[in-house]
Amino acid sequence: MSENMKKSASTAGWRGALSGPLESVRTHWDRAPGWERWAVYVLLVVGALFLPYEGLAPIMSPESAWDTILFYPIGIYVLLALGLNVVIGYAGMLDLGYVAFWAIGAYTMATMAVKHGIGFWPLLPCGIVLAAVSGVILGAPTLRLRGDYLAIVTLGFGEIVRKVAENTNWLGGTRGINNIPHPPSHEGVWLFGVDLFTYKIRDARPYYYLLVAVIVVVIIFSKRLEASRIGRSWTAIREDEDAAEIMGVPTFKFKLLSFATGAAIGGAAGVVFAAKTSYVAPANFPFLLSATILAAVVLGGAGNIPGVVVGAFLVAWLPERFRGLADYRDLAFGAILVAMMIFRPEGLIPSRQRKAEMAEGGGGMGHMGAEVDTSGSEAEVGSR
Amino acid sequence: MLLELKDVHVHYGKIEALKGVSLQVDEGEIVSLIGGNGAGKTTTLKTISGLRSCSSGSVFFDGADIGSMPGHKRVLAGIGQAPEGRGIFPGMSVHENLLMGAYARKDDHSKELAEAYELFPRLAERRSQAAGTMSGGEQQMLAIGRALLSKPKVLLLDEPSMGLAPMLVQQIFSIIEEINRRGTTVLLVEQNAQQALRLADRAYVLETGRIVRSAPASELLDDPQVRAAYLGGDVGDAAPAGAAAAEAEAGTVALGKGEAAETKPEAGGAGPEAGKADGE
Repeated sequence: MSENMKKSASTAGWRGALSGPLESVRTHWDRAPGWERWAVYVLLVVGALFLPYEGLAPIMSPESAWDTILFYPIGIYVLLALGLNVVIGYAGMLDLGYVAFWAIGAYTMATMAVKHGIGFWPLLPCGIVLAAVSGVILGAPTLRLRGDYLAIVTLGFGEIVRKVAENTNWLGGTRGINNIPHPPSHEGVWLFGVDLFTYKIRDARPYYYLLVAVIVVVIIFSKRLEASRIGRSWTAIREDEDAAEIMGVPTFKFKLLSFATGAAIGGAAGVVFAAKTSYVAPANFPFLLSATILAAVVLGGAGNIPGVVVGAFLVAWLPERFRGLADYRDLAFGAILVAMMIFRPEGLIPSRQRKAEMAEGGGGMGHMGAEVDTSGSEAEVGSR
Repeated sequence: MLLELKDVHVHYGKIEALKGVSLQVDEGEIVSLIGGNGAGKTTTLKTISGLRSCSSGSVFFDGADIGSMPGHKRVLAGIGQAPEGRGIFPGMSVHENLLMGAYARKDDHSKELAEAYELFPRLAERRSQAAGTMSGGEQQMLAIGRALLSKPKVLLLDEPSMGLAPMLVQQIFSIIEEINRRGTTVLLVEQNAQQALRLADRAYVLETGRIVRSAPASELLDDPQVRAAYLGGDVGDAAPAGAAAAEAEAGTVALGKGEAAETKPEAGGAGPEAGKADGE
């Protein structure tokens, strides 16, 4: 049914709004046969595997080590943006403390591996589950709030997690935790001149490949969710929470689920990050990073995976690429963001549904700011 | 009795929006709830559909107390609502919106789907259009059609005439009548009192959170006080529906507070047999 729904949504009706090469590519894509899609997927993955190629380094990042940058910030930002996309893009909730879940994943890896000698692979699911659980713990009392209020609470949560890490000796305080062990190595599997499963300090590429694998899994997972009944429930909540509830969508349950799912992805990113850098400290998890990831999601096009990936890539890569501009790069970056929001407020590669929501005047952020935005309460306020 | 509210109080923070509302809806009726801005009409509907919880009092539906039942479960119990301001899903297509109406159902919904398209041929034409890009009237049709997909025992309609052209109001109201004829009980909230009273069997007049009047609709239509407060004074029934609608709006705005407030609450109300206004 969902396939049908998608098809019908994307063929007729939309034509008026279609313009430009991006739209024609998209229309083609919507009708593309299975083999063509798979071919593109495979090409994209192969392309991602080729990215660390040394020949690209002088073009992509003349001032810093390209393969290191590919892991952090680029890869990590992409993964975090994909996670935040579940919360913002799918369910339409504004989460300003997303970095907290990343921190929880990273600290899970750090403490358990350093203090209890547990390895990377058992800790990966642990970090994911712990982050998801903390998502539920944060969400259960707060998800009855909407829009701006939820944003404020999540912002607070992000700061609380950082402050707790700063002030807990067991977590290393402000100095953090170092000597976090790398994932176990299996030497001798070579690909493109990289010893694929050798996780040492010198070569960042195996970590990058590990991250690519996680990202691919997360993308498949997100896509499946999006097309499922869960995804439709999230869409309904995003577009009109009250209407969703009276259609029989258990809105609270699904909001919690979206929060937990997003948190779990953040947790996975945290574990991988800690295992690579072998050092975590509270300073790694500032509020600014939550805001940056949010910018990546919105810039790329919330709710649309290709958009989110491109957005995160740009947000991570542009400041590195223009490192030569020194302090001016933040200024330039800010100017680019402002220009983007003027000329493409729905994001670089928006989801079509989002576009229609924006056309309707909902602000395109689902129900961020819903308490004043829903027609119901608006009329209620107006009538008093 | 299908639906009953007993002494329901609802608060928004410290503001009391409903101050002890009691009303009943019998099976097969069209009951109308009229009143001015801020009277608490929408709040009453939200309380019935579970979007607002009452601070005291109880809501009975189909013999069971549903006061503590969450909103999403009330759909399955048989309460369908077309929310105020249309409340459709703007990014979804018309068809997807209708399917959302059947979200909670596990059985086959193809009959209701066909029925919705039959009642509103306009929706069939716009099947794959994004709902948010449709006109107000079409969105209202979609909201009603979507509510029908849940196969409700009672259909709650929140100001279906709001912001619509008089012709369209007529059309929507005759469809509501048709829906009722096919066996769905309707609770209709309206500011357009004239139209609502002509359609309804019985009506309640709500004012600042209280029911101040309850009577057969035809009686209210002829009642001088109600006429003065909600129906634009003495302008006759002979006026065309569109003009009357506009006047009803105007009457509400210019509502003389004293007169309407003096009307005494009348317990009970009349049965479904009370007969319709013969205005149509």
